[in-house]
Amino acid sequence: MAAPIGQPRVRLPAQVRAGEIIEIRTLISHVMETGQRRDQAGAVIPRDIIRRFEAKFEGETVFAMDLAPAISANPYIAFPFKAERPGRFEFTWTNDAGESRSATQDLRLA
Amino acid sequence: MRKVAVVGFGIAALMAAVALAQVAPPPPQRAIPDPVSGRQFATPETLAIQDDDFLNPAFLWVEEGEEAWNRVEGTAGQSCASCHNDARETMRGVRARMPAYHPRLQRVVTLEQQVNICRTERMGAPALPIDSRPLNAITTYIALQSRGMPVNVDISGPARPFFDAGERFYNTRRGQLDMRCGSCHEDNYGRYLRADLLSQGMSNGFPTYRLKEQRVISLQFRLQGCVNDVRGEAPPMGGEEFTNLEFYLAWRAQGLPVESPSVRR
Repeated sequence: MAAPIGQPRVRLPAQVRAGEIIEIRTLISHVMETGQRRDQAGAVIPRDIIRRFEAKFEGETVFAMDLAPAISANPYIAFPFKAERPGRFEFTWTNDAGESRSATQDLRLA
Repeated sequence: MRKVAVVGFGIAALMAAVALAQVAPPPPQRAIPDPVSGRQFATPETLAIQDDDFLNPAFLWVEEGEEAWNRVEGTAGQSCASCHNDARETMRGVRARMPAYHPRLQRVVTLEQQVNICRTERMGAPALPIDSRPLNAITTYIALQSRGMPVNVDISGPARPFFDAGERFYNTRRGQLDMRCGSCHEDNYGRYLRADLLSQGMSNGFPTYRLKEQRVISLQFRLQGCVNDVRGEAPPMGGEEFTNLEFYLAWRAQGLPVESPSVRR
């Protein structure tokens, strides 16, 4: 059974000017079980990782990432973005079982 | 007859000395009078994670703890906030003075145990397992409210025997490696144990996000690790030995700022 995907944290800069390149930062709570470990009884703990992260701005994918088993628990993902117009971000994390969790945040320009 | 009188005088003198000792036990002396935080032994990369409240994954626990603080649980229909209101005000300084002597229970209790006392006695909710994620979330949230405040536990009066028991545990050699806590953390801090830089073992950063475990851990989980490392048999988390030891460790770190939630390797 896949572990639940925890509450995401997303941060955009508060003051953004048009044309500015900003850093968008995300953090998600997840165990990122590699599938390489064994429990006390010697049985393999099944792999359970966040497999994909996608960021869409106004419906258009602006950043996506495939995650691998060697990535630590609670993955922190940050990427640059050139802010040209205000709009809505949607961030989606998907695990091995195909379950996903999303967060939205609005980009406002000063 | 004379012999009896001398013996009697000797016993009286001994009793007087014992009585005096009970009135004012001599203040303990710290092996490290000017302690430094585990910060000083962490790598810049680790500190970069700790010093950024967004990057620090322990804040996932803080958020869970804040939510749990306000969540009604148990038969009494109460949450933490029902009695304690806003933790940002009422819990300020609590982490800095825990563990503390509990007059009614007549023993020292840790922050974890105090949360469970509230849960079982006030909320009618089951105690949370020591070092479980929900309990670590609440203690991390509470500890955050004391960040930057100096550790200041009270070892005087009825708390003193528990402090002394903790000190004895600290200084007792144990395990196949026959080491006391101070073998690493007093005699050899600042030196390498294989790839690890030994710290002074100061507890001011707990609960801490441990990169090795990839989660927030409680101090007593780390203590179990230490005892296992010297190939000893660790007492249970939440038990009397580790609680007294945690109390002694807090006094060792007296004056250091609370760093919770810190990040360590």
